[in-house]
Amino acid sequence: MEFLTHDFIPYFILAVGYGIPILYGTLGGILAEKAGNINLGIEGMMLMGAAAGFLVSLSTENVIYGLLAAVLAGGFGALIYAFLTVSLKANQIVTGLALTIFGAGMTKFLLNLNKEVVRIPNSVQKSLKPILSDVLGIEGLEHSIFKIFDLSILVYLAFLIAIVLHFYLNHTRYGLNLRAVGENLAAADAAGINVNLYKYVHVVLGGALCGLGGAYLSMYYIPIKTEDVVHGNGWIAVALVIFVSWKPLRAIIGSLLFGALSLLGKSLQTGVSLSPYLLDMLPFIVTILVLIITSVQMSKENAQPRSCGLNFDREER
Amino acid sequence: MLKKSLLVLLSFVLVLSLVGCGSKKTGSDKEGDESSDDLKVGVIYVGARADGGWSTTHYEGIKNALSNMGLSYEKNAIDVESVRDDNDDCIAKIRSFIEKDGVNVIIGTSYGYGSKMKALSKEYPEVAFLHCSGGDTADNMSNYFGRIEQARFLSGIAAGLKTKTNKIGYVAAMQIPEVVRGANAFALGVKAVNPNAKVVVSWTNTWYDPAVEKATAETLLTGGCDVIAQHQDSPAAQEAAQAAHVWSVGYNSDMTSAAPEAHLTAPIWNWDKYYQPELEKIQAGTWKGGESYWKGMDVGLVDISPLTKNAAEGTQAKIDEYSAKLKDGSFDVFSGELKDNEGNVKVKAGSKLTDADQLGMMWFVENVEGKIKQ
Repeated sequence: MEFLTHDFIPYFILAVGYGIPILYGTLGGILAEKAGNINLGIEGMMLMGAAAGFLVSLSTENVIYGLLAAVLAGGFGALIYAFLTVSLKANQIVTGLALTIFGAGMTKFLLNLNKEVVRIPNSVQKSLKPILSDVLGIEGLEHSIFKIFDLSILVYLAFLIAIVLHFYLNHTRYGLNLRAVGENLAAADAAGINVNLYKYVHVVLGGALCGLGGAYLSMYYIPIKTEDVVHGNGWIAVALVIFVSWKPLRAIIGSLLFGALSLLGKSLQTGVSLSPYLLDMLPFIVTILVLIITSVQMSKENAQPRSCGLNFDREER
Repeated sequence: MLKKSLLVLLSFVLVLSLVGCGSKKTGSDKEGDESSDDLKVGVIYVGARADGGWSTTHYEGIKNALSNMGLSYEKNAIDVESVRDDNDDCIAKIRSFIEKDGVNVIIGTSYGYGSKMKALSKEYPEVAFLHCSGGDTADNMSNYFGRIEQARFLSGIAAGLKTKTNKIGYVAAMQIPEVVRGANAFALGVKAVNPNAKVVVSWTNTWYDPAVEKATAETLLTGGCDVIAQHQDSPAAQEAAQAAHVWSVGYNSDMTSAAPEAHLTAPIWNWDKYYQPELEKIQAGTWKGGESYWKGMDVGLVDISPLTKNAAEGTQAKIDEYSAKLKDGSFDVFSGELKDNEGNVKVKAGSKLTDADQLGMMWFVENVEGKIKQ
């Protein structure tokens, strides 16, 4: 019990805190790829969400407006991407990369408008994580097992979205149609599914999720003005989409595993006589190992949606 | 298929080159304003002028120096931001500063510009080259740096008096002498007021990665630390301390606004103390290159930001005591006897670490818990 409350739980909470933005990005990536669109703009959309969430909650001091702005900014980035790839049939890879570069530049521009070092009002951060003992009205939770529930609202929201997505994809008609679009554009079209609409809706929803991930970072995790608060988390999400074989529930485990392994490297530094550079490679090594294992037993179910990267042109059928 | 991948490649190149062009444009928009004074400074920043860290400290320093001289940054300086120092990007910019904008002073704020500045200094003997944190000199090129260790020592005093658990976390960027030296100076400051306290150093292996910096600080806090100090370019580690309701020491600039409930003090730079005398000499035509400048609290180049309400009682008095001794030179941060954290005597009693040994310092002092692995 001592180990559980003093070592495991605090560590678990840290791993969750670190892994959540990656989870949002991964879920956004899964949605887009299920619609047959590889979106490498996750990093850019997360950055746009982070900047919008930060600036709006800074000026309005309202957490809802901040989150809404982040969702809209991420969705807006995805809308540009969807317009270019779905309507104009631009190459998905290049468009995604351009979106990332655009998002990074836009964020720096907006944040640099104000030259001061600033912090979002504490009330915003606090309303994203109500203190557990206040909510339950119990004292002395510091070293108890209940500490495990002492997480940000955005953490529960991410878990909830992952579960909802799982049911949506596997147990609803819309989910079935979406998977059909992702697997075979022509067949889905022949079956009377509005392919372009499905692509638009899901790519944009995916972007909104990425925006939320950015908002988690800039409004809750590090509510201090930082130019590049996302710094590569979006790219990890791109890899994680494959790592979890396009399954939302596995994304929860994948992002937590990645978070935990990243932190393990840091906390092992003082104890183990391994190079910290090697320890920093730990999450990537494990990810590659898991990738190899999953690709060895790759069944059709675990494969990438087959129309990924292809644009749909009715006339070319 | 081949045609398509070629297309992808070409568009990628196009996008990248557009971005490249965009970034190079910054700064040159300030030209055209003919100033009556002939001093014109061209500055190469490694980060954004508003990064709230390293580059901001240089921007403030140059701006203050110029305004103290009755000049202005807008008229007498042009700059370019976020220039990488690990490739040749700075060369074209320096050339255009000199040839198009008529600049007569070049300031480069990152180590990696050094070799290129030295090469260019031979081509433009009439221009003064000032290079921060390097070792190169030439007839018309000087290098400069500050003894930030002295300020880190003072910030260590604030941390040592504040800690209750006697464990202080130090989020460190890269395993290089500059960072090791800073951590050691901080630990010696802690030791001066609290011999029982340990400083736990954890490496992030990056100068800038906010989430990693915060997570590293959090693992230190989980390990029982109750003060977090940092040698990083973002203020993210400060947030870990504030969220955990414990204390923090910043770096580069006063980070009180980043973590008002946690921040104690921060080692800071006052670069105008270097820039002003040099620019005055250049303007007067009496400047000579070839200097390696390394000063500290004696000229006010480094200092700590004002103590916040979070600092422990009596901290100010202790800091004033050591600050006075550092200023008049009667105390040296690295004076013996110093042992490393494996028990070997590194500096004998009565002597002190030479500048050369400080510049190559790759061992931790006694009260540091941490490892250096190359």
